[in-house]
Amino acid sequence: MPPAPEPSAARVTAQATADGLDVALAGDWQVAGPRPAWREAVGESRPARVRLGMDGVGLWDSSLLLFLAEAEAWSRSEGIPCDTGALPEKVRTLLAQLEAASVPRAALVPHEESFFAAVGLATHNVVNQGREIVHFVGECTLGLVQLVRRPGKFRWRDCFDQMQQCGAMALPIVSLISVLVGLTLAYQAAVELRQFGADIYVADLVGISIVREMGPMMTAVIIAGRTGAAFAATIGNMRANEEIDALETLGISPVQFLAVPRLVALGVMMPLLAFYSNAVGILGGMIVARGILQIPPSAYWIETQSIVDLHDITTGLIKATTFGLLVGFAGCLCGLRAEPSAAGVGRATTSAVVTALLLIIVADALFAVIFNLLHV
Amino acid sequence: MSAAVPTPATGPAIEVQGLECAYDERVVLKDVSFSVRRGEIFFIIGGSGCGKTTLLRHLVGLRVPLRGSVRFLGRPFTDADAGQRREQLKTFGMLFQGGALWSSLTLLENVALPLEEHTALSRKEIAALAAFRLSQVGLGGFEGYYPSEISGGMRKRAGLARALALDPAIVFFDEPSAGLDPVTSRHMDELIRGVRDTFGTTIVIVSHELRSIFALADRLIMLDREAQGIIAEGRPAELAAASPDPRVREFLTLSPVHGT
Repeated sequence: MPPAPEPSAARVTAQATADGLDVALAGDWQVAGPRPAWREAVGESRPARVRLGMDGVGLWDSSLLLFLAEAEAWSRSEGIPCDTGALPEKVRTLLAQLEAASVPRAALVPHEESFFAAVGLATHNVVNQGREIVHFVGECTLGLVQLVRRPGKFRWRDCFDQMQQCGAMALPIVSLISVLVGLTLAYQAAVELRQFGADIYVADLVGISIVREMGPMMTAVIIAGRTGAAFAATIGNMRANEEIDALETLGISPVQFLAVPRLVALGVMMPLLAFYSNAVGILGGMIVARGILQIPPSAYWIETQSIVDLHDITTGLIKATTFGLLVGFAGCLCGLRAEPSAAGVGRATTSAVVTALLLIIVADALFAVIFNLLHV
Repeated sequence: MSAAVPTPATGPAIEVQGLECAYDERVVLKDVSFSVRRGEIFFIIGGSGCGKTTLLRHLVGLRVPLRGSVRFLGRPFTDADAGQRREQLKTFGMLFQGGALWSSLTLLENVALPLEEHTALSRKEIAALAAFRLSQVGLGGFEGYYPSEISGGMRKRAGLARALALDPAIVFFDEPSAGLDPVTSRHMDELIRGVRDTFGTTIVIVSHELRSIFALADRLIMLDREAQGIIAEGRPAELAAASPDPRVREFLTLSPVHGT
């Protein structure tokens, strides 16, 4: 079997004749390979006319067409007639199509909107979003009312599945983060308090900060990244697969079917997780106190008990429950509003986590003010 | 050829008046009016991008039309309040293009869910009815499977079982044979005809599958992208032979299996 012929490079030769310039194309013209430039081929010459020929061309594809289009554009701009009569009919047809399909300017230049239209559309958008949020909150409330009135109809199995997912399955990561937060706080406190011989107050500092602030906050942050994102991705995917539409055509409210069991699951699991996080955080502080400050765990525990009272624990748990519900709201709402595409689901997930974190921080600040006003 | 004469009508099953539909804030269909008789197999056909699926989504209330109204079995649907709407939703079923089964539920649970939500039947009765529906579409023995564990054709059949769960008076199909091999697609057609013949259900199908159109359709409307509306209405064989519009004749006669 003879070896396949080596592809020869695309070549152009320009030869001046009595009535103009003969440009002969040869070799293989492939779009993935190098292509001679028209201007280099003709140089500075300004002939009376140009005649194009491609008798020596072997393989060719769009590369050849691009070259010919360049030649025609040049001849038009220079006002020199271009004779394509020697090209095969097929090539001339394709060339005409290529030129007719020139990219419209509008496709390249971003569509510009007037300032007023942009402001109007943005306002319209905000109003719509506001309406959606109100609608969502309303439906969730209705769902909770239904749960109380007809508990038999509630989707308990979904709810338990979600509790397992967002609660039990989150224990390892919550343990790790909480113990590290406890350790870090205790270290920081130890360095300062030791200078005053107030070593034992490490227990007070760690106890109060963990129970009132860090326990609920860190748990919420973990849940936002873990569960909030999962809610948005799952529900967004259901939107993309028309599963949400299927619910709607059967007269089943997607909010009550999907969001309410998830919100209930988070509402129940968040305080439990936060309580667990408190315990593990205090344990972290205790480890540092024992290791660095040589405070016996029993003394540490008694000190913690003397400073942390039921008020502190309750305020922490109230915060945790609120954060959990906010994460659930953000996750479910972003999922339900997702555009039905892979990119849409991705955006919904990102937006769920960012919104949840933002809401958690804002709520935490509000709680700080409220608890301060109430002196608790 | 075209199926048996539909059961005698006592008023149309669906009446659509002057519907104007938009998709992504772009008007796709203007002034669409037609009616579907009871017990009829009615096709909505047309080339890609002409608004078939958009029209269907407006009919079943997944989108709100800009203008116009839809009435089901003589009662207004588009202008109904939430309670009436929910009642009406129970009277029709819909099979989505990909089946749209709920992925976290087994096939049996998928079919059972509409019954759990809308009926006062006992758990046992619901399970029995759901299993019966699945066996009707040839999925007996697959009750415990999840949607991800079965093929595309089986998912569509399960979707049909779910759409039939509440014994609807009207069933909508969005491209029932899209993505199916010819044999499975034919089985789907037979299932659809079986549903109509057994229960007298009114059936509305969005499709551009010529073989299904000629095998099943009692009547059809054809939509066109440029016209932004209906360009033909009638029986498929008559339109193919004698439509004054060349676009309609071209669409309907391109098929080499015309009339099988």
